[in-house]
Amino acid sequence: MATSKLTEERPTGRPDEIKAVPVRHPGRWIAAAIVLVIAASIARTIISGAGSKTVPNSGFQWHVVGQYLFDSRVLHGVVVTIYVTALAMVIGIVLGVIAAIMRLSPNPIVSGASWLYIWFFRGTPLLVQIIFWYNLQALFPTISLGIPFGPALIHTHANTVITTLVAGLLALGLNEGAYMSEIVRAGIISVDEGQSQAAQALGMSRLQIMRLIVLPQAMRVIIPPTGNETISMLKNTSLLSVISLGELLFAAQTIYDVNYKVIPLLIVVSIWYLVMTSVLYVGQYFIERHYGRGFSRAQRATMRERWLSIGSKQQ
Amino acid sequence: MSELMVKAEGVHKSFGRLEVLKGIDLEVRRGEVMCILGPSGSGKSTFLRCINHLEKINAGRLSVDGELVGYREKGGKLYELNEREVARERAEIGMVFQHFNLFPHMTALENVTLAPIQVKDVPRSDARNRGQQLLQRVGLGDKLATYPVALSGGQQQRVAIARSLAMEPKLMLFDEPTSALDPELVGEVLDVMRQLARDGMTMIVVTHEIGFAREVADAVVFMDDGVVVESGPPAEVLGAPRHERTRAFLSKVL
Repeated sequence: MATSKLTEERPTGRPDEIKAVPVRHPGRWIAAAIVLVIAASIARTIISGAGSKTVPNSGFQWHVVGQYLFDSRVLHGVVVTIYVTALAMVIGIVLGVIAAIMRLSPNPIVSGASWLYIWFFRGTPLLVQIIFWYNLQALFPTISLGIPFGPALIHTHANTVITTLVAGLLALGLNEGAYMSEIVRAGIISVDEGQSQAAQALGMSRLQIMRLIVLPQAMRVIIPPTGNETISMLKNTSLLSVISLGELLFAAQTIYDVNYKVIPLLIVVSIWYLVMTSVLYVGQYFIERHYGRGFSRAQRATMRERWLSIGSKQQ
Repeated sequence: MSELMVKAEGVHKSFGRLEVLKGIDLEVRRGEVMCILGPSGSGKSTFLRCINHLEKINAGRLSVDGELVGYREKGGKLYELNEREVARERAEIGMVFQHFNLFPHMTALENVTLAPIQVKDVPRSDARNRGQQLLQRVGLGDKLATYPVALSGGQQQRVAIARSLAMEPKLMLFDEPTSALDPELVGEVLDVMRQLARDGMTMIVVTHEIGFAREVADAVVFMDDGVVVESGPPAEVLGAPRHERTRAFLSKVL
């Protein structure tokens, strides 16, 4: 038979290792050259564009950048930016989880309320919301806290409660909650229904299933977009400069309003934003790795391994 | 303690306008192993899911160990059980799924110890000891710290069985436990189930493994189109089926 003949003719032992001439990629070298030339010309402009002696405030003025990079007012702005970002994200995530769970509720009133919240805060510009909260005392001069339609327990002027910081946090947090709820909802939906059923069959309560089974698995889907949201939030805090909250951009503005060195101070601001977002990238990497456990046989290759593998043949 | 573990009388279940169960009557005694056979879509998995109230029945009566599933009867009236009471009923019934449904973010041991710790308030160290014993019993004593993704299908299903046993159930439900497995892995799961039957566990097994049913089952039920067509000892139902539909089905799967 044909098959048995083939078996007989096959030489014994392992065949020789393949030695072939690899495919050349001239296109890659040309593309790399073009990119390098453009990058070099941009770098030259940035370095040599230090400004001319005759035209004041022209060019990048790197010495001014260096002078203000660690200015105490700028550093204070950095600190304010960090804690406003952190607080607003905490408010946003808490509201987001609550709104997402409400949205998935079988009760139409509860899910409808969540839908309305998301619809309103996603549908209006963040800048408008910020100015709105800042001017709240114009709408409600006094604020009362108490039993609905019953006696008020606390009664005070809006001005004393809605400070600039509170207005800023309310605006950023409420807006973020609307976006986060959609992210959390997508995460919850992504968990296979069999997971809840297995947990139900073991006698676990709905709250236990959500907390121990569904949310930890949803985190894998929730974390990457939440990282994006945090980076957006960090930059969106600069919008609070319009209500004179002393964050990083406002700190720079108060300096350049006096000395007119606008460009160097905006560079200072940009450097600090880049430093902060870079730190967030690192944090996100570790959080993703934590929640990714149990989902792939091998952990994803580290950054170092990926750089090293560029030179290898498999790439 | 009731001699009957499961008693179903005229159980009906519909999904919308589609009637899946059209009056199921059957009884499972304590310590008995019942295998349910039948073509896909015959309602056998749905019936299994009714027993631990993952599905609500529309008509008839279904009780486990003398207690109605999902309801309480008082003065001739039925009262729906609340979430807590349903969970308490479920905690006494183990269930093994076709697709294992292990918790992927937990190790094998964590999968096994989770429910005893959370639901029965077993101290953590006791739960761990018991979990280790159970995993050893299903032949996975060396996989305690392994995540499900790194286990074969047969190993995952054995962890799932150990996870159910950790709750010390009085009844075990198996929903096509070997249907998602590669053929060479089916044996190891059936071995564990065979051992469990020998130890006296009451089991209801929805399966296509005729050999297992013949060897292990005390009773075999053949279901088709939402009704029980034929039931009895395996020698009768599998060896000398009286009904034409049973014969046609067996000739296809054997």
